[in-house]
Amino acid sequence: MAKSLRQPEGPGVLIRIDSVTKRYPDGTVAVDRLSLEIPDRSITVLVGPSGCGKTTTLRMINRMVDPSEGTILLDGEDIQRQPVTTLRRSMGYVIQNAGLFQHRTIVDNIATVPRMLGWGKQKARARAAELMERVGLDAALAKRYPYQLSGGQQQRVGVARALAADPPVLLMDEPFSAVDPVVRKGLQDELLRIQDELGKTIIFVTHDIDEAIKLGTMVAVMRTGGHLAQYAPPAELLSSPADAFVEDFLGGDRGIRRLSFFPSARLELTSDPVIPLDATAEQIAAPDAPYLLVTDPNGRPLGWSEPRDLVAGDIRPERLLSYGRPFVPGTDSLRAALDCAVLSPAGWAVAVDTGGRVTGVVSQQTIGEAIRSAHAAGRDDEKVAG
Amino acid sequence: MNVLNFVNAFFSDSAHWHGYDGIPTRLGEHVRYTLEALALAAAIGLPVGLVTGHYGRGGNALSLVATAGRALPSFGLLVLMTTLLGFGMLPVMIPLVVLAVPPILVTTYEAMRSVDPSPVDAARGMGMQESRILLQVELPVALPLILSGLRSAAIQIVSTATIAAYVSLGGLGRYIVDGLYQRNYEKVVGGATLVAVLALVTLALFWAVARVAVSPGVRRR
Repeated sequence: MAKSLRQPEGPGVLIRIDSVTKRYPDGTVAVDRLSLEIPDRSITVLVGPSGCGKTTTLRMINRMVDPSEGTILLDGEDIQRQPVTTLRRSMGYVIQNAGLFQHRTIVDNIATVPRMLGWGKQKARARAAELMERVGLDAALAKRYPYQLSGGQQQRVGVARALAADPPVLLMDEPFSAVDPVVRKGLQDELLRIQDELGKTIIFVTHDIDEAIKLGTMVAVMRTGGHLAQYAPPAELLSSPADAFVEDFLGGDRGIRRLSFFPSARLELTSDPVIPLDATAEQIAAPDAPYLLVTDPNGRPLGWSEPRDLVAGDIRPERLLSYGRPFVPGTDSLRAALDCAVLSPAGWAVAVDTGGRVTGVVSQQTIGEAIRSAHAAGRDDEKVAG
Repeated sequence: MNVLNFVNAFFSDSAHWHGYDGIPTRLGEHVRYTLEALALAAAIGLPVGLVTGHYGRGGNALSLVATAGRALPSFGLLVLMTTLLGFGMLPVMIPLVVLAVPPILVTTYEAMRSVDPSPVDAARGMGMQESRILLQVELPVALPLILSGLRSAAIQIVSTATIAAYVSLGGLGRYIVDGLYQRNYEKVVGGATLVAVLALVTLALFWAVARVAVSPGVRRR
């Protein structure tokens, strides 16, 4: 098999699931001859409809469920060969409703595994305080009890508790399903940030394909009956779903969503149609553009206008047309740029720097060309990889 | 004469405050019977309830035993036991323990079953041993209910321990049994009042224990 050019230094495999089947005494098959290689220091998402065996697969990794057939290797070693408590203590475990111990304070909840490993109380609490900061919890919450926290905060405690003994592996079973969408987005961003800092091997179960695409380095789509439908990086999943089931599961807007994986940094910007609020008649007349973008004295965008509606020395910001939501080249994707262009009446996207100052504008046409060339490059890559 | 006059007469009689038939002695005996019976019942009911509740097995068998235990009349059992075993402490303890085990057993089992399964799953997933899960994760959360089971058992023992007097043992039942025999209603009412007060004190005691032993995180206050 040829190695993908996109990953010349491919990460090692930490967990190898080798034709694993889970059959229950009543004959139900939860997982059917599943084989997966879970790469080191990355997020692997198991996603699928309910009853597809994703949670069972996760629970076989820490032996909460034992497979009927097949083996699971952790770092080359059969997980059945080591004591179950040792195995579990080397893996953080986060579940849907956090599962906090309601009789213990937040700091003692987080210190659970270090205490089980025999750390002193002071050392374990110091470690817990450190983790509270890492997952974005106010230190004032340390002495509170779980019932005094919101669902989102409880889930952060759940993540901190799982990370407390610094395990190399983190198992997360639908951790963000029970919180509202705004909190969920915050938790997802936080997880990506923590992952950037810590580089754990995370196996993440969800039924939400958008969450899978957002978080996953690799995404395993499973279908009812415990079959693996496709195992691929998210961009590849969106560009070439393996079959009708995966395509259907991915839902609509695949093309648009795939643009999230293309950077906007290489878009060619122009500042010709950008004029200041105190523009002279010449500055208004000079650009050969149907619309002009007016900026305030700090260089921030105010809005679009046709040149003939502008009077030098009397440009009224309240009369300008909305510029939509600007994008930051380098941070945002082509999807954000296209979205901005579509929302703007002029059909132009506004690019800003991180301080919100306009760095230029880009037309729908230019974005369209960038999308075409990105797709072409993607196809070349697939040919090489295939 | 009404009941309050009886109560007043009984407690103001200084003869009732010392000697082998004095209130301190009888109260001490009664408390001793209660504590012994409660300790025995707890020693049987708590472990069985905790373990069956933890594993979630044997619930049907438990409720069968409990129903049978509750159906047995304490006084009848006392007479039967005395006939079989003769006079002594044992024939008194048996009906008291049989009376107290069902509430302890059933509430402990139910308390353990009602613990939210997700912290248990989390604890198991992080590598906690079963015994620790039982004692450190489930028990603290189940504690308020378990204590309420012990409390109702204790109160039932306090009121039923009066039957010890029928087989010539002591306790507060002495006043009731002797008073009825002697047609001394002052004594009967006095004894009954003492039993009621002791039951209330038991209630207060359990309330205090719950305040101290149950985590604020479980009490939610």
